[in-house]
Amino acid sequence: MARYLLNRVTSLIVSLWVASLVIFLSLEVVPGDPASFMLGLNAQEDTLAALREELGLNKGMIERYVSWVSGMLAGDFGISYTYRTPVAEMIGERLWISLPLALYALTLSTLIAFPAGIWAASRRGSWVDFTVMGTTQLGVAIPNFWFAMLMVAVFAINLRWFSAGGFAGWEDGLLVGLKSLTLPAIALALPQASILARVMRSAMLDTLGEDYIRTARAKGLNRGQALRRHALRNAMIPVLTIIGLQFSFLLAGAIIIENVFFLPGLGQLVFKAISARDLIVVESVVMLLVFAVIMVNFAVDLAYAWVDPRLRGR
Amino acid sequence: MRIGLILGIALTALFAGAALLSFLWVPYDITSVDIANKIKPPSTAHPLGTDHFGRDILSMIMVGARTSIAVALVAVGIGMGLGVPLGLAAAANRGSWWDEVIMRGNDLIFAFPSLLIAIMITAAFGASAVNAIIAIGIFNIPVFARLVRGAALSLWIRDYVRAAQVAGKGPLRISTEHILPNVTNLLIVQGTIQFSLGILAEAGLSYVGLGAQPPLPSWGRMLADSQTMISFAPHMALFPGMAILLTVLGLNLLGDGLRDRLDPRLRRQAP
Repeated sequence: MARYLLNRVTSLIVSLWVASLVIFLSLEVVPGDPASFMLGLNAQEDTLAALREELGLNKGMIERYVSWVSGMLAGDFGISYTYRTPVAEMIGERLWISLPLALYALTLSTLIAFPAGIWAASRRGSWVDFTVMGTTQLGVAIPNFWFAMLMVAVFAINLRWFSAGGFAGWEDGLLVGLKSLTLPAIALALPQASILARVMRSAMLDTLGEDYIRTARAKGLNRGQALRRHALRNAMIPVLTIIGLQFSFLLAGAIIIENVFFLPGLGQLVFKAISARDLIVVESVVMLLVFAVIMVNFAVDLAYAWVDPRLRGR
Repeated sequence: MRIGLILGIALTALFAGAALLSFLWVPYDITSVDIANKIKPPSTAHPLGTDHFGRDILSMIMVGARTSIAVALVAVGIGMGLGVPLGLAAAANRGSWWDEVIMRGNDLIFAFPSLLIAIMITAAFGASAVNAIIAIGIFNIPVFARLVRGAALSLWIRDYVRAAQVAGKGPLRISTEHILPNVTNLLIVQGTIQFSLGILAEAGLSYVGLGAQPPLPSWGRMLADSQTMISFAPHMALFPGMAILLTVLGLNLLGDGLRDRLDPRLRRQAP
C-alpha cells in the first residue's frame, strides 16, 4: 500500500507541475506583448511600461514561471489588472457559488442515478428498464443550458416558484442560498445523472452475472440481499470512475450554467476576464479548475484501492 | 434492424440532409433583416417563426446545422488523426517509457475539459469557430488514444500477430496491417459518440460566446439570442434547442445501434 501511495503521489505532483507549465506557456504565446494585449491599441507608452513592470514582464520567462507557481503555492494568485484586487480574493468569493453548485449537482445526480440504475438492472428487460433507459437517452442528448432555459421559462417565469436568476447569498440561511442554486443544479445534474444511471445499470448487470452472486444466492440470500451485499460493492468501481470524471465536467459545466442564471460564480468571472483581456484572472481560474480535476481523479484512484484491494499491488 | 438504429439513421440523415440542402436552397435569406416580421410565432410563411431581426428560424437552423456538423466532424477528425497513431504507438511499445509518456500525456489532457481549453485559446487568440474546433479536437485526442491502445493491447497477443512478427514484419506494419483494421469498428462507434458530444460542446461554446461568431449562424448562439425573449417568444428558444437535442439523440442511437451490429460479442447477448 505504501508503494502504491508513493507512486500515486509522485504522478500527482508531476501532473500538477506539467499542467501548470501548459497553462503558463499557452498564455505566454499570446501574440505580441501581454501588456499591450491587455491594454489594447491606444495604450500610452508609460502605462505599458508600468504594467510590464507590475506583471514582471521585464524578467525572464523562467523567473516569471517560478514566481507564478511559488505565489500560487502561498495562496497568492497575483493582482487582477481590471479589478485591482487580489485574484485569490475574487476567486474565493466566487467559489462560494460555483463549488456548492457543483456539489449540489453531484449529489442530485447520484441520488437520481443510483436508484434508477439499480432498479433498471434488477428488472432487466421490463418496462421499468425500458423507461429508465429511454429517459437517460434523452437526458444525455439534451443540451443542459437549453434545459436550464426551459426550466426558467416554466418554473420561474410562469409558475414563479424560483427566481429566474441571480444568487440570494448565504447570509439569509442555507435554504435560501440552496433555493437559488436548485434550478441550476438540476440542469447541471440531468445529463450527468443519465450517464451515471446507464453506467450503474451496466455495472450491476455485469456483477449480477458473476459466480459469487450465484454462490450468495445458493447460501440462501434473497435477491435483494445478494444485490446489496455483493453486487453493489463490486459495481462501484466503474461507477466511481465516472463520478470522478463527472466532477470535472460539473465544475466546467457550471461555468456555462451560471451564465443562464446570471450567477456571479467562477464562470462569470472568467468570461468577464476574457473580454477584459485580464490574463492573470483567466490563468488562475483555469489552473484552479485543472487542479481540482487532478485532485479529484487522485482521490478516485485512492478510492479504487480502498474498494478493491487487488488494485493496490499494481 | 432495431428501432433505435432506424430512428438514429433517420434523425442523422434529416439533419445532415438539411445542412447539405442549405448550400443549395434555404426558404429565406438569413442575412436579410425584416423588422416588420420580427418575433413572429410559427405560421405557414415561416413554419418555425422568425427571430428578433425577422429572420426565418427554419433557414437559420438549416444553415446552423452546417456549423455544428462541420465543427464536430473536424474535431473528431483531429481526435482520430492524432489519437489513433498515438494509441497504436503506445500499444506497439507497451511498457516502454514511450507508452508511459503517451498515457500520462493523455491523463493530462483529460484534466482539461474542452471548455477550459476553449477559454485558454479564446483568452489568447479571440473567439471563433476554428478555436472551438481546436478545443474540442484536443479533448478528443486522449479518448481515441486510450480506446485504440486498450483494444490494440488485446490484439498484440493474438496468434496472427505473433505469426506476422515471426514472418519479420515490424511494429509499424503490424499496427497498420493487422491492428488498425481490427479496431475500425470500435473507431466508428466511438467516432459517432464523439461526434454527438462535439455537437453538444459546440452548442455550449457558441452559447457562451466562445464559438462561432456572427454572421456565421450557430444553434448555440441562436439560443443565447433567444434567452432574454423566452417569456414572450418561446419559439425562438424551442426550435434551435430541439434541433440540438434531436441531432445528438440521433447520433447516439446510431452509435448504440452500430455497436450492437458491429460487435459480435454483443450480438449474441442481445435478446
